[in-house]
Amino acid sequence: MKIIVPVKQVPEVAEVKVNEETGTLIREGVPSILNPFDEYAVEEAIKLREKYGGEVTIITMGPPQAKEALLKALAMGGDGAIHMTDRAFAGADTWVTALTLAEQIKKMEYDLVICGKQAIDGDTAQVGPEIAEILKIPQICYVRHLELSEDEKFVIAHSETDEGYDVVRAKMPVLLTATKGLNEPRLPNIMGIMQAKKKPMEEVNAETLGYDVDKLGLKGSPTQVRKVFPPEKKKGGIKIEAEDPKAAAKELVEFLAKKGAI
Amino acid sequence: MTLEYDIDACTGCMLCIKVCNFGAIEKDGDKVKFDMDKCVLCGSCEEVCRDDAIHIERKTVDKEALAEYKDVWVWCETGGGRLRGVALELVTKGRELADKLGENLVAVLIGHEIEGHAETLIHHGADQVLVVDDKSFEQYTTDAYTIALNTLIAPRKPAIVLYGATSHGRDLAPRVAARMALGLTADCTGLDIDDERQLVQTRPAFGGNIMAEILSPYTRPQMATVRPNVFKPGEPETSRTGDIEKIEMTISPVQIRTKVLESVNETVEGMKSVEEADVIVCSGRGIKDPSNLDLPKQLAELLDAAVGGSRPIVDLGWLPPSQQVGQSGRTVCPKLYIALGISGAIQHLAGMSSSDIIVAINKDPEAPIFEIADFGIVGDIFTVLPEVIDAVKKVQAER
Repeated sequence: MKIIVPVKQVPEVAEVKVNEETGTLIREGVPSILNPFDEYAVEEAIKLREKYGGEVTIITMGPPQAKEALLKALAMGGDGAIHMTDRAFAGADTWVTALTLAEQIKKMEYDLVICGKQAIDGDTAQVGPEIAEILKIPQICYVRHLELSEDEKFVIAHSETDEGYDVVRAKMPVLLTATKGLNEPRLPNIMGIMQAKKKPMEEVNAETLGYDVDKLGLKGSPTQVRKVFPPEKKKGGIKIEAEDPKAAAKELVEFLAKKGAI
Repeated sequence: MTLEYDIDACTGCMLCIKVCNFGAIEKDGDKVKFDMDKCVLCGSCEEVCRDDAIHIERKTVDKEALAEYKDVWVWCETGGGRLRGVALELVTKGRELADKLGENLVAVLIGHEIEGHAETLIHHGADQVLVVDDKSFEQYTTDAYTIALNTLIAPRKPAIVLYGATSHGRDLAPRVAARMALGLTADCTGLDIDDERQLVQTRPAFGGNIMAEILSPYTRPQMATVRPNVFKPGEPETSRTGDIEKIEMTISPVQIRTKVLESVNETVEGMKSVEEADVIVCSGRGIKDPSNLDLPKQLAELLDAAVGGSRPIVDLGWLPPSQQVGQSGRTVCPKLYIALGISGAIQHLAGMSSSDIIVAINKDPEAPIFEIADFGIVGDIFTVLPEVIDAVKKVQAER
């Protein structure tokens, strides 16, 4: 079974702080990590290979340092990686990101493409379905449980919905997006980390991709960021000690009634 | 599109570095230098530059071709025959946008035996409702719904198409947009029309640390998914009239490549979905034992609220994953959010900090949740909560 896992390197969002004065993001010293939802995707791909054989290829589009994210996925157990890196790719919105990755994936053989549900920096959850559309394959999003049919031709996935989950069956090739609950991603061990550096890592740029550079990166992006600004800062309001719980509760309920909240 | 930097005009004030949210500008001696790998041409630096040293050249647009696209469309999601709450929120907001443009608001209803909702949508502001009713749409599938929407959109050329950012909305919208090679903005919390009649899409990023305004200047329709519970649904005007157009469409089973074998509802009896509720009572680690969840559940029942949980207690299996609030769970924005024994880790805050009113009860006076709470009680939830329940009962009895 051939599995492709598109991943993204993201800043550790929990450590991004905001400069109170300027309202801008402080990026210095914020570590870059493999997007946590992508770890579920990598883990699931490795588990499938361990059970059914085949190979797992990790792919990313990103600056030179995004190689670190690929190495992490290889250390977990991926077999090889493709690093799409070129100035011409920079500034891509979700559509062009999906297009760039999909143009590369089209050249490869695959039964499954497994993405993370969304990246924690942008939170769009769009690149996965957009890749599926460009590849003209079906998609099952928010997968938290996965099985293959006995003949190994179909996937049966539990896809999270707003109320619970749907049990969905689809014939491969299919694209899945992985969410929490699908598995417990393994931590790479020393052996894995050593081996990762020796695994095949192919670099692809705009020229080797063979795609019109005017349709890539920022130039090709149909959406454009016009402005960024700090969110309206929510300030703490009333804070009381509950020395007398009854009085505190009364004060709270009066506050809520006055605001029309209850 | 390019950024031009006039190094001779630059006086080295370094203001641009301060406003750049992408870390794309660095001090370079007396001047600055730009890292175009990081720059997204957002224009923040251009705006603050006092020396007129930064120019961003944007693509020219064929305005005439874009002007052919008219009207605001809203995909009105149904589930189990029921109209989802976000549909009315979007119709209300869509009405406002359509009025600014002087165009029509069109609601799109896809499903089976859902025509009855058309009237409701008109009462909430739709000028026209397009109804696609067929057995093949009874259950949501990516393929059937994508085909239906593309079939409607392509010949009718709307200027704007909005979707609720629900599980299905976020599955469907990128598929529809990608099929037409269009831009799509995810999870918007603000929508407006600018002087050039463009849709201004505002959304949070970086876990809510920053907001971005996004345009789709070169393509039509402009498409966005919109976070539920952000816009409030208006009151219905039963005297409003509109046009209901039924469109015959059947999808061959071979076109639907995924099959839903079973739909499992995990919402426990009396447990509302956190994404749609106006009030959420959310418990964290401070609740200590699953049997103690009875207290928050009691309060939730009184307030007609959803019962939510932070990541630790959902990981322990005390509440189903559908009830988890936070970055790895659901993003919510109710009118009232009550946090019980939740310290307020950034991952949790990212999922709820845009709630209208936040109440926190926590033993630890230093808990970060108090920094964003409109009303905080420092105290033990087990002594405070029963009193709150009593007080709520009393107020409700007085009405």
